[in-house]
Amino acid sequence: MSDKTSVIETHKLTAKDFASSQDVRWCPGCGDYSILAQMQRVSPDLGIPKEKFVWVSGIGCSSRFPYYMDTYGFHGIHGRALAIASGVKIANPDLSVWVATGDGDCLSIGGNHFIHTCRRNMDLKVLLFNNKIYGLTKGQYSPTSEKGKKTKSTPFGSIDYPFNPIAVTLGVDATFVARSIDRDPKHLQAMMQRAAKHSGTAFIEIYQNCNIFNDGAFLDFTEKDRKADNIIIMEHGKPLVFGKANDKGIVLDGFNPKVVDLSEGKYSVNDVWVHDEFDRNPARATILSHFTEMEGFPVPFGVFRQIEKSTYDGDTHDQIEGYIKVKGKGDLDKLFMSGNTWTVE
Amino acid sequence: MEKDVLILEDVTIRFAGDSGDGMQLTGSQFTNSTALAGNDLSTLPDYPAEIRAPAGTLYGVSGFQLHFSNSDIQTPGDSPDVLVAMNPAALKVNLKDLKKNATIIVNTSAFDAKNLKLAHYDVNPLEDDSLEGFEVVQVPLTQLTMSALESVSISIKEKERCKNFFALGLMYWLYSRPIEATVDWIDEKFGKLPLILEANKKALMAGYYFGENTELFTSRFHIEPAKLAAGTYRNISGNEATALGFIAASVKCNLPLFLGSYPITPASDILHELSRHRNFGVKTFQAEDEIAAIAATIGAAYAGSLAITTTSGPGLALKTEAVGLAVMTELPIVIVNVQRGGPSTGLPTKTEQADLLQSVYGRNGEAPVCVLAAATPADCFDMAVEASRIAIKYMTPVIMLTDGYLGNGSEPWKIPPADSIPEIPVHFAKADKEFHPYERDENLSRPWAKPGTPGLEHRIGGLEKAHITGHVSYDPDNHHFMINMRQDKINKIQQDIPDLEVRGDQSGELLVLGWGGTYGAITEAVTKATKVGYKVSQAHLRHLNPFPGNLEKVLRSFKKILIPEINLGQLAKLIRMEYLIDVHSYNVVRGLPFKASDIEQKIIQMLGEKK
Ligand SMILES: Cc1ncc(C[n+]2csc(CCOP(=O)(O)OP(=O)(O)O)c2C)c(N)n1
Ligand code: SF4
Ligand SMILES: [Mg+2]
Repeated sequence: MSDKTSVIETHKLTAKDFASSQDVRWCPGCGDYSILAQMQRVSPDLGIPKEKFVWVSGIGCSSRFPYYMDTYGFHGIHGRALAIASGVKIANPDLSVWVATGDGDCLSIGGNHFIHTCRRNMDLKVLLFNNKIYGLTKGQYSPTSEKGKKTKSTPFGSIDYPFNPIAVTLGVDATFVARSIDRDPKHLQAMMQRAAKHSGTAFIEIYQNCNIFNDGAFLDFTEKDRKADNIIIMEHGKPLVFGKANDKGIVLDGFNPKVVDLSEGKYSVNDVWVHDEFDRNPARATILSHFTEMEGFPVPFGVFRQIEKSTYDGDTHDQIEGYIKVKGKGDLDKLFMSGNTWTVE
Repeated sequence: MEKDVLILEDVTIRFAGDSGDGMQLTGSQFTNSTALAGNDLSTLPDYPAEIRAPAGTLYGVSGFQLHFSNSDIQTPGDSPDVLVAMNPAALKVNLKDLKKNATIIVNTSAFDAKNLKLAHYDVNPLEDDSLEGFEVVQVPLTQLTMSALESVSISIKEKERCKNFFALGLMYWLYSRPIEATVDWIDEKFGKLPLILEANKKALMAGYYFGENTELFTSRFHIEPAKLAAGTYRNISGNEATALGFIAASVKCNLPLFLGSYPITPASDILHELSRHRNFGVKTFQAEDEIAAIAATIGAAYAGSLAITTTSGPGLALKTEAVGLAVMTELPIVIVNVQRGGPSTGLPTKTEQADLLQSVYGRNGEAPVCVLAAATPADCFDMAVEASRIAIKYMTPVIMLTDGYLGNGSEPWKIPPADSIPEIPVHFAKADKEFHPYERDENLSRPWAKPGTPGLEHRIGGLEKAHITGHVSYDPDNHHFMINMRQDKINKIQQDIPDLEVRGDQSGELLVLGWGGTYGAITEAVTKATKVGYKVSQAHLRHLNPFPGNLEKVLRSFKKILIPEINLGQLAKLIRMEYLIDVHSYNVVRGLPFKASDIEQKIIQMLGEKK
């Protein structure tokens, strides 16, 4: 091992160094493979020593992720990944703690931990593998499945309204909120890199195809013929334009967004809403987050919002340091003797 | 007027009033001063779950009982010698518990038509013969407080609220207690509210001087200091002792302490206490629920902290699945359960011992954990250190049981010098040889490899792991092997815990076996029965899984075994199951500690003529 350690120190790591010896057991064709590959690809260049990565997950197909990364890893219990990860991060803020979670794991059984982790701005990187289905339990609908969806547990169609994970996350004032997709490796890598550099809870919703139980759920965003009209790539400081010939744009009329045609001459690119990732006000990001439910609107990919706030783990550390400065380091004898004491001879 | 001073050996006082009357505060101040007077003592706070139940009602009565003595005592007292009743409801609720000719100090100011009605009294009990046999001292406490505070410019309501300090002052005089500690306390507590500070202090002093000057009392009492073992003492509650024990353990194992917790009565005070000690590097995380609390605790243990989670019964139920995860990942965590009345929300502020089977068995799969139980409030300190030691040495979750009575009750604690507490060795895995996360040492423990250590990257989790490599394994033989391995590891702890000690004859007719917070009551009962000639021995379990190695031998040395428990016989079940030895259960589940006299009666009944 010591040999290996010194090798690690001297040679530049590659994606291979982040692949564990375990056989990957996802179904052939599953979108999870791409997410794993992109993560292994970006990991060597994040400026984080390999031993400082910790991958934590819950339960689900997606939650097998840590077994395949040759880093420290913890495969937890269903829904509790974020709580376990919070403990790791508070205990040792030096670590770079990443969470792999599914739409059921994160938003159903783990929903409570999810909103509270975001609220605290715990410094965790969270990848939500959203395949809009329960994969591991073989195909029941999930909290992100669309209303009316027919699955094993909803033979007549689901009567639940789905969660909008981005809107939920913005609603609890998460400090980094982004969306990407398994089939766009470059974009996904870019989002992973951004998340890694963010201080605080960094959340990426990743559309992930489950080719066994929900195949084709995201075809509108991946197929050459329709993709361009169905998605919009958000970039900071750039106008929100989309379409095959970049001929459509989003115009904001008060709180109401409109899709406009830029080729007709009525609107030019100068009228189009310019995306500001760093807007403190969450209103515009929230409007963008609801495009998924709006007829005729493209689905946004990229960073919805990134803001700066102190983190829970950092504040814990600061309180401890601050109090030690005032009180001095704790002394057991003094602690025991505090309060009223008396002596029996 | 000089008054006689009568010497007493032993007194039990109960303060009772509305939950808004400050009875818990009055009781704990009296306790503190009594500790400083050098008496041995034991307390029993007993309060309703409602914070401020409607004034004057029977269900809103809050009580604080304190037993103090010139010798070693074990319980907060079966029945009070003195009741301080701040209103009719407090009198009504507590009357049945009093000794035959007990003294009752009543606040007559509160015995008006409205309060009598609220307490369901048709006739004022001070005016009929219903209190015959008691020595009733009628003091218009509220009125006297008001006149003592005439010159202080605060509202009438605020003045009225000072009456508990008047009562406290009077009791200080009556039992010759030092008053200074309470004066200092008032100074510190109300430093920012000078008028309230003045009022409380005036009320306290007025109560004291009232005792001296009134003709109601012809004498006062004195209780000599107890002849406790030499040393420095402080009064400590079980919850405080638990918190200090974990801080001590953290210093002794040289690991930062992490607490993940969600508030729940009667365990919250451990969270409160630990939150204050940031200068020991203590990281307290008030989670969104009990599941998050233990999950974060497991994460912190994985990252190399001494990690604990504190809760009460309903919270332990929520943590169940995660305890299994800690069993599977073999990480050292301590789960403290301050038991309360169940099932469900049950009796949140009352005590009970009904989570023993939940602790030993309450998980899916074969999921053995170590279970310990503290015997007295001060023993919570030792058990917290012991729980940490076992968790780290055996890489296992440990459940430490206390209960509402131990957690809130207090007694003098002989303060140990910090260097008398043994170090707890920790051996983190090093990258100097080939590393296997599920390799085992002589204790059957797997290595603790801290994230951040280069070369030791590995994965753990809730799926079954292959022996040695720790890879996910579905192999039937491996599963069978690992199931046994995890059990063997817990069994092995038996070789590392003290033998069960027997107090009294080492064999004979009757052994009273207890566990947890019943220690005091059983000890007193056995002592008294022995004094009147009965041959009875006592043993008390602090290690409940595994049991001490000599337990079977001890049990077989007696013809009869009596197990008093505040549940329906959970230890009794375990003993029968483990050793095929029959035992007699004595079960009273009233949300209150046992009365020593009840256990004594049971002993006498079982021994009959056999003295
Ligand atoms: C306490 C508990 N309840 C239920 C399950 C069963 N279960 C395992 S994974 C899962 C849902 C997985 O869906 P998702 O989180 O979307 O992950 P995916 O498999 O789709 O990646 C369920 C219900 C479990 N393992 N534990
Ligand atoms: S069931 Fe779906 S999500 Fe799970 S591995 Fe197979 S394709 Fe992937
Ligand atoms: Mg899913």
